[in-house]
Amino acid sequence: MDVAIVGIGMHPFGRTPALTGLQQGAYAAREALKDAGAQWSDMQFAYGGSASSGSADALVNELGLTGLPFTNVANGCATGGSSLMSAYNAVKSGEFDVGMVVGFDKHDRGAFNADPKALGLPEWYGEVGMMMTTQFFAMKITKYMHDFGITNDGLARVSEKAFINGAMNPNAWRRNPIGLEEIQNGMMVSDPLTKYMFCSPSEGGVALIVCRADQVSRYTDKPVFIKGAALRSRRYGSFEVFAPSQALEQVPGPTVDASKAVFEMAGMGPKDIDVAQLQDTEAGAEIMHMAENGFCEDGEQEHMLANGETRVDGRLPVNTDGGCIANGEPIGASGLRQIHENVVQLRGQGGERQVPGDPKVGYTHVYGAPGISAVTILQR
Amino acid sequence: MTSATQQRPIADGLFTWPAGSPALLGSRCQTCDKVAFPAQGSCTACCSTDVKVEELPARGKLWTYTIQRFMPKSPYNSGETQETFKPYGVGYVELPGALCVEGRLTESDPEKLKIGMDMDVIFYPYRNEADGTEVISFAFQPVA
Repeated sequence: MDVAIVGIGMHPFGRTPALTGLQQGAYAAREALKDAGAQWSDMQFAYGGSASSGSADALVNELGLTGLPFTNVANGCATGGSSLMSAYNAVKSGEFDVGMVVGFDKHDRGAFNADPKALGLPEWYGEVGMMMTTQFFAMKITKYMHDFGITNDGLARVSEKAFINGAMNPNAWRRNPIGLEEIQNGMMVSDPLTKYMFCSPSEGGVALIVCRADQVSRYTDKPVFIKGAALRSRRYGSFEVFAPSQALEQVPGPTVDASKAVFEMAGMGPKDIDVAQLQDTEAGAEIMHMAENGFCEDGEQEHMLANGETRVDGRLPVNTDGGCIANGEPIGASGLRQIHENVVQLRGQGGERQVPGDPKVGYTHVYGAPGISAVTILQR
Repeated sequence: MTSATQQRPIADGLFTWPAGSPALLGSRCQTCDKVAFPAQGSCTACCSTDVKVEELPARGKLWTYTIQRFMPKSPYNSGETQETFKPYGVGYVELPGALCVEGRLTESDPEKLKIGMDMDVIFYPYRNEADGTEVISFAFQPVA
């Protein structure tokens, strides 16, 4: 059974002091139901996730106690992608006709504060100051720049594009363009990455209604079909966040594995993709993920960025809603934001930031601790 | 080190201590020969539990690095305050025949760090406990 997304809803990302994370999730859920012209009582199941705002299934207290099976998903930064994949499989199997995927979060300011014990790491690792995701991304891009000739200008261009796109997205957190020079001269967080090159923990909620393909006309005349969804974790030898050591011989990371799997599932290749949302925890991550997902060779990114090829009007628009850099990262919702944006783009509802040329196929990719990646391909 | 100063390693089994020339400790899988650090009871490559603890090489090459510019939140515990915090280098050092180990670097000027440069492991007092006991940790230092 093919599976489609027939409704989308979002609570803007950023800071909303008046609402809890759960309330932002409920807002997104109501928006998605409205978008699909559906009732909460129509939902036969739900998958949801939140890292810092309590159990997602507490949403039933806001939306109504209908008795539906609501499963909490907790899979780090891949929580949204994992929730969607669970819903996709639930409908694909024929067990359910229609249901909801939802994610929300509300994090404290500042870098994520990881607990070594929760990740199976020794206490000393945090005590000496190595339990920082920011360090990992900085070290990964330092090596990548050394090996493949990416420059600081390339890094700054990714952030510049993110803020330009964010300014065109009413749901984004950062809505002011920032110039290349200001990005490069911003406070250094972890060399070579300045504060304008990192995403920050934030708040927000996203909900999607998924439905079996032969029933989409009940809800929408603009269905977007899930052509593939894949999740992979790290293999021995891939260079990952929170690793006290690393094998001498590297193997490709979970992004490469998940990407190959999803293209095979969809019967497509990178050339078929019209718009892509790629995990940009920081500017370097977007650059590396362009190659890891098969959209270019290692090192090609430098001239692609210089030529504006990943801008909204470029050859391969990347992170058209401003990505994590302009939206921040509410962990439970972040992966679903990417799907939301691709549905907006494939429906032609992107307004100022609409990708020209009537895009038909969209790609999403999340990556996070401790080395997991979830990808999807959507087609209208 | 004066005889009056008490010292303890930051974690047991992380490196040989006390020792004349201390060394980091890893575990080598007796089935697939892969090395893990810190030493652990099973192999992360092949799932075997037949592992042997061994001393890791003291010198290697810098594989990648960064500088931590702001003071991390807890569980960071260096005895520093926001006022006394000093940025520090962090990197992975490729230890030949073993693996790459992540550690703090004694150098925090990025201009003085280069991928591929030789680094030695050192052991040093990382912080003092309330009773004056020195907590010993490891770091990597560019070879002069």
